[in-house]
Order: sequence, then structure tokens, then C-alpha cells
Amino acid sequence: MTLQSLIPDDLPRVAAAEQAAAAEREYTIHVCMAAGCLSQHSDQVKQRLEQQLQASGREHCCVKGVGCMGLCSAGPLVSVRPAGTLYRAVTPDDAPEIIENLGVAPVERLVCPTNRPFFTQQTKIVLANSGEIDPERLEECLAAGGYQQLAHALTQLTPVQVIEQVTRSGLRGRGGAGYPTGLKWSTVAKAGGNQKYVICNADEGDPGAFMDRSVLESDPHRVLEGMAIAAYAIGANEGYIYIRAEYPLAIKRLQTAIRQAERAQLLGRSILGTSFHFHIHLRLGAGAYVCGEETALIASIEGKRGQPRPRPPYPAESGLWRSPTLINNVETFANIAPIIGCGPEWFASIGTERSKGTKVFALAGKIANTGLIEVPMGTPLRQIINEIGEGIPGGQRCKAVQTGGPSGGCIPAEYLDTPVDYESLGALGSIMGSGGMIVIDERSCMVDVARFFMEFSMSESCGKCVPCRVGTAEMHELLARIGQGRATLADLELLQELCETVKYTSLCGLGQAAPNPVLSTLRYFKDEYLAHITNHVCPAGQCQFEEAELLAIEEQGVQL
Amino acid sequence: MTQSAPILSPEEKRRRMIIATMRKNGYAPDALIETLHTVQNAYGYLDRAELRFVASELHLPQSLVYGVATFYHAFTLKPEGRHRCILCQGTACYIKGSQAILQAVTKAYQVTPGETTEDGEISLLTARCLGSCSLAPAAILDEEVVGNLTPECTLATLKGWAK
Repeated sequence: MTLQSLIPDDLPRVAAAEQAAAAEREYTIHVCMAAGCLSQHSDQVKQRLEQQLQASGREHCCVKGVGCMGLCSAGPLVSVRPAGTLYRAVTPDDAPEIIENLGVAPVERLVCPTNRPFFTQQTKIVLANSGEIDPERLEECLAAGGYQQLAHALTQLTPVQVIEQVTRSGLRGRGGAGYPTGLKWSTVAKAGGNQKYVICNADEGDPGAFMDRSVLESDPHRVLEGMAIAAYAIGANEGYIYIRAEYPLAIKRLQTAIRQAERAQLLGRSILGTSFHFHIHLRLGAGAYVCGEETALIASIEGKRGQPRPRPPYPAESGLWRSPTLINNVETFANIAPIIGCGPEWFASIGTERSKGTKVFALAGKIANTGLIEVPMGTPLRQIINEIGEGIPGGQRCKAVQTGGPSGGCIPAEYLDTPVDYESLGALGSIMGSGGMIVIDERSCMVDVARFFMEFSMSESCGKCVPCRVGTAEMHELLARIGQGRATLADLELLQELCETVKYTSLCGLGQAAPNPVLSTLRYFKDEYLAHITNHVCPAGQCQFEEAELLAIEEQGVQL
Repeated sequence: MTQSAPILSPEEKRRRMIIATMRKNGYAPDALIETLHTVQNAYGYLDRAELRFVASELHLPQSLVYGVATFYHAFTLKPEGRHRCILCQGTACYIKGSQAILQAVTKAYQVTPGETTEDGEISLLTARCLGSCSLAPAAILDEEVVGNLTPECTLATLKGWAK
């Protein structure tokens, strides 16, 4: 059955039919088909489960490919409904046992307990459907309430009312900077001109961040619905999703979702039989980190080099092809439908005074549970690392937590009680960023961590403005010298000075934020810098000092 | 040889793919990046002659096309080796020891990232982040994402390619 030309009244009907079909099933076996589990061959697991199920002759059972279930480090994950038994690290050969034990007893050796904090301490809004629905079937999305908020907005609310609800919810941009979403929408709505654009920034460039990829792979329709509501609110009828070419699966699922939605008249011309038109186009990135910056992203959609330009004018006034343009991040759009559905007051009741709602984080690095989590804003870092993440493996101690990627900073272990919100992280010299959270243990050298990020910023600098192009290269050289034990205290001073210069004089966010990893490690781990410079030792034992250089230093009479 | 049979040479097939992309986008100048993706998919790299062709079809200066082609990391102007080894250098992989893997491969095969071995067998590339952080350190070895790597097992896989 393909869904075609729906009108608002059809949505509850389709949803009810799908729910009734699901209720008839005795067991549904969910297999994670997101990139993390797929690269551990969950597709083969799914295939074997299907074969075994068919061979067993059981009726009213089905195997379903779903999106990310979160605990990527235990993949491939399989969940048996309605019991909710979760199996970890499933191989194709486990399939017969899983099918045989359906309704008997769980396969003990594969069970992954779900009464742990990783599962109990999360609040899922953006990820509500991840791991629950088949991202490639529109019917399941509709059964989970998809597109009903778009129908509600189109038929019951004026654009002004939609913006007012988003404003009241207190939602702030999830791309990192935290600009109030309602304010951005109303600026674009008020801008003149007939042609306006909505852009979804899915150029998730921060290394260590995979939230947007997971959302697009697990629940693409949620993002499309959010974009359509935004377009209705600001008066746009063209939209673009700018996505990294490195995410082939997310691209494929988005293409499928757009095609399904267009056929069902949930996108395209006369959406749901109303007079509202909205077309969404996909644009693939080509591997340039700077394209996450909004003006560079616009240049890239226009087919040019992804170089930023000075602001103002902001894209809200003059963006894509000089028309007023709304740019929001994937996660921001994913929050829109729940806000319209459950009301701005409900959304504003979650989180802290100035940071509302939840935030999705990608936990990675030296932590037991790597994967995707969603927690209310204001959750202390300690709870995320020690309880949800279940601490550092191998008996090591947490040294720092890196947030915000190359634009962020390192938060030392003594500040782990900090609540995670825009202001608190900013006060510590880091940023919320898009949601990458990398745990660093005692074996990593902070000077080398800073050098690692500077190398990133240096090679990703677009080269347009001098402070960033030359400054990042110089800072990288100084950091490398410190790491090799060849630096002097004067070099350290120069490094600090350069940080300030680059921070305040660069054209765009990439350059302005490039010194952050250096500044934050200098602030909390200056002793490590000094140990490299004056004692020629690396406290973490990571940096290798060239013997010849140490000999030369020895000859000069410096005490080792 | 029959003259009427429209058997397309590989060259012509590729050219048709490229034309199809440009046509789909209405030959608009902003289709440049999309078109370059198609060229790269067809050839494995950006062929110079095709760059000139794309420039003239989209009515863009060659300098602009060359500028875009060299700006983005996803594009390469050099043909690649028979096998591709893309090592992730993202933060999670770095924390878990990706640099040792990179060093081992560079040393064993005498190539730096972006280069191909002299026998044209292996291209070594690095990625900013594959988004497979839960598998760190990760790599794409001949189109397959593999995780939890060590220098030894990476070198063993590359050795396996030589056979």
C-alpha cells in the first residue's frame, strides 16, 4: 500500500490502521539498522532472524529494522517486544536461539539489562521514535503521530501563532551557539520579499559528534515535519537539507522519506490539501568543516567554495540567493513537532531557567557506554559520565570531558558537577556545541589534545581571513614544539597572545573558536604545559621526546 | 562490427552520467558540486578533461570549477589505487590511539595521507570523523567500516590485499 494525497482527516485513520496491525502481532523483533550496528553486520542478523522466523512457522510475529537504540558500544542490538528484552552483540548465529525462545525465556547469555541508568535516566523527545519505528516506512511514522502537528499547524494555527508557541517554549538552537529559535523565526518572518528559504544544517562536522546522523537515520520524517512547520511559519516554500556526503545511509533514508512524503502530499504542492506548498531538496556537502558556518553553507549550496562572508547582513535578511533564509540544525527541527503537539509550557517545564528541553549527546572516548543519549538540560556531567556512561573502563580516572569539538574546550574532572546547559559550559570556557562529548582519561596528554584540535582547525581553515589562516598554523607549530620538548616559556607567552588575536579578529566562528581548546587546557592544565617546557617530561607519558633534542638540551646545561 | 548497434564505451557511459546530473539540475551553475560528485563517482577522481567539459556546459569559468574542485576534501584530482584505506582521525579515534595506526601504515607503505603507493595498489586517506565513534578507532577499508582497530590488525588487512 502506498499512501497518496492525504488530507488532515486521513492521518488519524492511517495511524489507527497501522496501530491495529501492530496490536495483532504477538512478538515484534526490533533490529537496529543504524550505521553503528550496521557496520557490525546487523543486516545479516536481521536476515537470519527473518529466515528463522519463517522456518519456525510462527504466526503473528515480525522482524523489523529500526533506528538507533542508543547503546552503540553493545551493538548489534536486538529488542523483543512487547516484553522489551534487549539483546546485545547479537551475531547471525544467535538467531535460531532467539526465535526458539520467543515467549519461553530470554536468552540469558545475550541479555543486556535495561534497568541500568543508561536506560532509566534518559528523557527522550527528539529520540522518542528512534529504535521504535522503521525509518523507511511512512505508515509507522504516522502511527507514532508523525505529521499530525503539521496538519494541526496548517489548519488550526496562524503562522504568527506557530512562532509564538516556539518562542514561548524557550527552544534554543541545537547547533551549538544556542540562539533563541523563536526569535530567529520571527526575524525571517518579518523580512520582506516574496521568496524565502528554510535550510536544515546537517553538516555535522565536529569530530566525535553523530547525533544528527542518528536522528536522520532513525526518524527522518520528524525533521521534514519540523522544516515544513518552520516554512509555514516564516512563509517559505523552498527548503534545502545540506548533509555531509560522508553519511550515505542518512542520505538514502532522507531521499526515501522525502519521496514518501511527497507522494502522500505531506510535502510538495498543496500539502494535506491546503494552499501551502513546500519542496525540500537535498544538497550534499563535499567534506569541508567550515561549511557548518551558515554563510559558508549558503555559498556551498549555491555551488561555490564554502567560504564565509562577514555578517551583517545575517541570512535572516539576506541569505540563499540573497533572499531571507532560516537556518536551523537537525536537532532543532526535530524538537518542533513535540512543542506544537504537547505545548510550549510542557517543553519549558523541562530543563533549566535559560536552557529548556533536552539535549542529545554522543558519548565517546574512554567511557564504558559509548553511544547516543538524550537528557534534560541541566543534568550534571557527573551523572552523564558515571551513571549513564557507567564510568571509565580499565580502572582509569576521568581527567577531562571535551565538549563542542574543535570549537569547544576541555572541562576538568573537578568540575564534573556542572549542570550541562549553555551558560554553565560557557562559563567554564567550553561550549555546548552540537553535542559531542568525549571522555579523556589520565593517559591522554592535554597539550597533545590541544595540538590535535589545532591541527584540525588549521587544515579546515578556509584561508579567507589572515588571523585564522596564519594564526592556526602558528599556534599548531608552537603546540607541536611544546609537545616535543623544544619550546621555551617565551613560546608559551606567544601562544597565549596568538590565542587572543585569533579569537577576536577572525572572520567567522571557525577562527574565533579555534583557540578555545588551547585556552581551556591552558586554564586547567597549565602544569602539563610547564612540565613539557621546563622539565621535558610528559606527565601523561604520551609525548615522545626526540633523544637527539634532549641531548642537545642536556649539553646546554638544562637540568632534566 | 555492426555500425548501428549503440554500444557505449566506458568513456561515453561516464559522460552520460555526468550530463544526466547537469540536466536534472537544469544546467544551473549551483549544480556544480552535485556534478563534481558524479564525476568523482564515475572516474574515482576528477578528470581534468571532464572538469573543462563541466565548466563549459554550466557556463562557469574554468578557474571557478578548479577552485571548487580543490577546496573540498571529498574531491581528488589524482586517480586512486586499487584499494582504499581511510583512517578516521576524529576525536574519539584519536583518544583511542588512531595516530599509532596512521604511523604504522605510513611507515610500512611509505605513503602519507592523500597518496597512493608506487605500485598503485593502496591509497591512504584520512577522514575527519566517520561518525562511528562507538567503534573507535575506526576506518573504512575498501568501502567497509571496521572498528576497534589496532596497528597490527590494520596492517594485516592491508597485507591481505596484496594477494
